[in-house]
Amino acid sequence: MTGKRTNQKIAFWIFRILGLVVVAILFWILGFIIYHGAGVINWKFLTTAPTDGMTGGGIFPAIVGTFCLIIGSMIVAFPLGVMSAIYTTEYAGNGKIVKFIRVMTNNLGSIPSIIFGLFGMALFVNTLGFGDSIIAGSFTLGLLALPLVIRTTEEALKAVPDSYRTGSLALGATKLQTIWRVVLPSAFPNITTGLILSIGRVSGETAPILFTAAAYFLPKLPSSIYDQVMALPYHLYVIATSGTDLEATRPIAYGTALVLIIIVLGMNLLASFMRRHFGKKVKTN
Amino acid sequence: MKKIRKILERFVEGILTVSGAITTITILLIVVFLFREGLGLFNSPSVEKGYNLCVNASNPVLHLSSVDIMEIFDYEATNWKEFGGADEEIVPFRFEEIFDRYPEEEMGENYELLPVRLGEAIASTPGIIAFVPQEYTPEGMDGVKVLLNDKITPSDFFGGKQWIPTATPAPQFGTLPLILGTLLVSFVAILIALPLGLGVAIYMSELASNRMRSFLKPTIELLAGIPSVVYGFFGLVVLVPLIQKVFNLPVGETAFAGSIVLAIMALPTIITVAEDAMRNTPRAMREASLALGATHWQTIYRVIIPYAGSGISAAVVLGIGRAIGETMAVLMVTGNAAVMPHSLFEPVRTIPATIAAELGEAPAGGPHYQALFMLGCVLFIITMIISVTAEAISKRESNKGL
Repeated sequence: MTGKRTNQKIAFWIFRILGLVVVAILFWILGFIIYHGAGVINWKFLTTAPTDGMTGGGIFPAIVGTFCLIIGSMIVAFPLGVMSAIYTTEYAGNGKIVKFIRVMTNNLGSIPSIIFGLFGMALFVNTLGFGDSIIAGSFTLGLLALPLVIRTTEEALKAVPDSYRTGSLALGATKLQTIWRVVLPSAFPNITTGLILSIGRVSGETAPILFTAAAYFLPKLPSSIYDQVMALPYHLYVIATSGTDLEATRPIAYGTALVLIIIVLGMNLLASFMRRHFGKKVKTN
Repeated sequence: MKKIRKILERFVEGILTVSGAITTITILLIVVFLFREGLGLFNSPSVEKGYNLCVNASNPVLHLSSVDIMEIFDYEATNWKEFGGADEEIVPFRFEEIFDRYPEEEMGENYELLPVRLGEAIASTPGIIAFVPQEYTPEGMDGVKVLLNDKITPSDFFGGKQWIPTATPAPQFGTLPLILGTLLVSFVAILIALPLGLGVAIYMSELASNRMRSFLKPTIELLAGIPSVVYGFFGLVVLVPLIQKVFNLPVGETAFAGSIVLAIMALPTIITVAEDAMRNTPRAMREASLALGATHWQTIYRVIIPYAGSGISAAVVLGIGRAIGETMAVLMVTGNAAVMPHSLFEPVRTIPATIAAELGEAPAGGPHYQALFMLGCVLFIITMIISVTAEAISKRESNKGL
């Protein structure tokens, strides 16, 4: 009897420690980057271009580039994803087609990002002739974000009570009117949450833009969607691995990593805050 | 008016239906473009494009594989006997060497006599094998035989042990080291991540207080949200020097460093999926076990873990999928040596890292470019198999719930 209890005690302590290890890993990584990066970030770092062969200056063009890619990819992914989710939740019922679509969405979500890079290069850069550009990168990242947008939108639409729909239909509205006037507005906050999550995902991706959009260094900001851009994740990759003077570029790498983390995790935190906030609101309704 | 609206609605609904198929279309497009670019590899000659290999007409050898050609020009193979020819020493001859044999004047004004001179050189040396551009190939001359230009075969690609895409005269596209490197790094990563992830999942589903859980959940979400390039950077500046120091290695960029980074990256997937599976254990089963006098721990490992078995296997499969496809982090910490992996503490190179590192330098449409797309196809097929397996496992899971 006592053996049983001791076993349990030992086992449970191990699990508690493992739980702590995971927390420790997160804090180690975040703490390390914040510790080294916080001193680097200042107004000048955020608003000037790299100088002296990447060993000085800031990361302004990379921030602008990432911003362009976020907007571009969301223009691609958001309407498509929302429409696709409307179809599967409101129209397609519960049959084989929906199951098939869901499996395909899951499969698309599990394809490694480097494959999107290859595909984007073959289709957008070479076949459609966009070249390395914002538009090619946006399409590639947009398709990558599609499963996430679809999944979050589907959840948002499903969270709208059926009584809203039947009420609207009973008042003589058509199905499309119901969706447009009733379902979408009440699902809107949760759809926005999904959008923010997708932005977080897209802004940290490197592999898809390696061959479709990203440039090592550009002296000026992009002026059209057919221009190449610098991007934060790619910038971090190149200055961390291929600089001529790694010692001198290290602080910039820490700063870039911190800015990237702030954007990505900031988006994640914002999304989970919104989810909690709006989740409560729906309940009180 | 009503009619117009009706038509409009139909139209919009039509668009919605089409957009419902967008993910399917995207996957189809990915398949088409990956394979269209990749399969061209098996139509490429095994000798560098635009060149021929010529031998003396007396030489009975007709075919040489790309590995044979590389060995010859690396002076590793030195006798024609090895390739089914006569007992004759091999004389590798690169095109430029013709200028050592003949003075410039004898080539003609616009090098129009170059093929003739090459032909003479080949005809006069029985053991020669000459690597010459197509435009100067002395085709049809006495004493010269142009070797049949074999195509790169799937067995070269999947069975070859050397990945040297820029080698001349015969680039090597053997993917075995890359495939094994990928498997090694991912496998060890799962070996590290599985006990850790499973332990945390048990802790979260069985032991943690609500407050602890509501702290751990977002922690794990944040861990999942960190971009892979940041993991790579962290691995590069922290783990790599640490591993080098602890294991006293010449370089810290090893398969092991990659495995650790991948293990951390696969953790959130494993924890989330396994925890869900354990939480789904019916209350009745737990209580029955406890009522029979089993301790909580006995209940966990005799009842809950076996019950959640398929969910846990799905977690493992998904974790492997995450690890195999990961690009940037692995690219930054594994050292990227395209050699057959012998130990965990040597640099290796994975499939995704190879694509990321080399595609930028491979000329579009060339065999190197095609080989990288073919690697993409391999990776795509692996991840599809993994994702279908996970799907099947979790389907079994949901059937069991009924």
